[in-house]
Amino acid sequence: MTDRPYAQTRTQSPTTKLVLRFILYILLGVFALFYLMPLFVMITTSLKSLDEIRTGDLISLPREITFDAWRTAWSGACTGIQCEGVRPYFLNSLLIAIPAVLISTIIGALNGYVVAQWKFKGANIFFALLLFGCFIPFQVVLLPMAIVLGKLGISGTITGLIFVHVIYGIGFTTLFFRNYYVSIPSELTKAAMIDGAGFFRIFWSIFLPLSLPIIVVSVIWQFTQIWNDFLFGVSFSQAGTQPVTVALNNIVNSTTGVKEYNVDMAAAIIAALPTLLVYVVAGKYFIRGLTAGSVKG
Amino acid sequence: MSPILEVKNLYKNYGSIEVLKDINVSIEEGDFLVLVGPSGCGKSTLLNCIAGLEPISAGDLFIGGQNMTNVSPKDRDIAMVFQSYALYPTMTVAKNITFGMKVRGIDQATQDAKLKHVSTQLQIEPLLHRKPGQLSGGQRQRVAMGRALVRDPKLFLFDEPLSNLDAKLRVEMRTEIKALHQRLGASMVYVTHDQIEAMTLATKIVVMKGGIIQQIGTPAEIYNRPANLFVADFMGSPAMNLIPAKTKANGKGMQIEITRKDADPIVLKDTRNTDLPENVIIGVRPEDIVDAALARADDTQQADCLIDIVEPAGADTFAVMQLGGKHVTARLHAETTAAAGTEQRLAFDLGKVSYFEPETGLRLN
Repeated sequence: MTDRPYAQTRTQSPTTKLVLRFILYILLGVFALFYLMPLFVMITTSLKSLDEIRTGDLISLPREITFDAWRTAWSGACTGIQCEGVRPYFLNSLLIAIPAVLISTIIGALNGYVVAQWKFKGANIFFALLLFGCFIPFQVVLLPMAIVLGKLGISGTITGLIFVHVIYGIGFTTLFFRNYYVSIPSELTKAAMIDGAGFFRIFWSIFLPLSLPIIVVSVIWQFTQIWNDFLFGVSFSQAGTQPVTVALNNIVNSTTGVKEYNVDMAAAIIAALPTLLVYVVAGKYFIRGLTAGSVKG
Repeated sequence: MSPILEVKNLYKNYGSIEVLKDINVSIEEGDFLVLVGPSGCGKSTLLNCIAGLEPISAGDLFIGGQNMTNVSPKDRDIAMVFQSYALYPTMTVAKNITFGMKVRGIDQATQDAKLKHVSTQLQIEPLLHRKPGQLSGGQRQRVAMGRALVRDPKLFLFDEPLSNLDAKLRVEMRTEIKALHQRLGASMVYVTHDQIEAMTLATKIVVMKGGIIQQIGTPAEIYNRPANLFVADFMGSPAMNLIPAKTKANGKGMQIEITRKDADPIVLKDTRNTDLPENVIIGVRPEDIVDAALARADDTQQADCLIDIVEPAGADTFAVMQLGGKHVTARLHAETTAAAGTEQRLAFDLGKVSYFEPETGLRLN
């Protein structure tokens, strides 16, 4: 340990430096290629015709670009007996994900605010139990949840899936908001109480305006979880309410005869686009929110 | 007229831990009450209880003659300034100051007028459109005061408002708070761990330790007649010299003997106090031990003392020596001839001397 600073400050010759840099960039390039390869194959395959796929090379560029596979994937591919493409299921996923993300984020924000700033008796136990909920494997709750959904009369419906995702999201969203709000000095709440503001007023006027980074984190996390969910989607849906992940599986697995790789690839990209989009649009805030510390002021 | 604040037999427990024990304080309108004590003494908890931010376990609390024990903070007619200032980070200075009025539904014209008045008073008009993050510590402090002032409450509460400022600014703001108090004639309760702040600001000081009030009095009373060893040691800088001594009746006064290492004991005579027990702890402020050459002739007694350390402090020079097994500080003239390792003739003034019982620590005279 003691000779470490010396080792770090030892000067390297310019040539050594250059060679090391070179190796570094080569390595980074190799890793980037490794990770981008599947995406490359998906995109090129989706733009080829079936004939070309059959005769050509997996990693060659398409000779002739065609969007037929995308059109089929969007509105013509068969999921079992219906041949409407992924469009209706894509809509289902939006109908499930958007309300579920919003509701679980709002509840998480309120929960986090209470647990962090309004310490009631048993607040820590309450929070610990909620956290425990984050780590329960989903398979464990399938049957009890099916029964609950049945009793509530919302099994097989979009509402039912929203309900399930809200319930399973609250643990994580509460954790996010609690950890964010805990770093806000409690004197802020006290000052607002003396100023005459109540529980909701303090939340709305003081805490919510501070929360943009953590709201973004919560929204990205929840959206990715809910959009990519397959297990709940396949367990608690019926024909007509399936999310896009389930439809994608059906398209890929239920085709008979020739496998339409180009359609499968196009459908997979379509299904993945919204989460990609969310990361691109809000990624900057995501990093900022994860690293956001205390609030100065 | 009833006192503006009256705390009666207040207790505060967290579970089985007693944080405040049988607190009784009252102040009149226009008083500046300072709660002072080491950290963990319960002074901030007491302030939070007065504000209504912490429920009290037993006792009663009156503000402006009304029983406020179970009234919520917003209805107590108080305003509070916090240690971290607690400015709302996303609001501008103007919004910070008017937030309370907005919540109370006060009309816009009144809000504007009050904002203008307060910002002029505190000279913060140029800052009104800035966010707290763009302000310096001193400016945030002013805004926090503005937010309290705009309320025009019966009682102002301050929770260590100056402890986050640097030394120079702290002294400036201290003077400003004092000036503000004199100008407004408002009633204030102020928590600090800094005994100099307590002495300079207060009209009345409460010294606390371990959730118990040690002494209540004016700054002069606390300084000159500390009720026990804790108060004597805590208030004053450098601290009061507390020296073990033996007493003997001698004619119409007492003879006080302080032992020294490698020298004859110092023997002092006190004609004012009689009837002291044999073993006492004698409390002498550093300013009551001075250069013999410069002392007022009357009422002082002189002795040669071996000086261990000399600490020049600009206006004064402090000399440290060993008396009765304790370090004793004398406050000498800036141009004193005293030097470390040499003997110096010092004059002891027993006019304001304190005697304490060594076991209980209580004041004897």
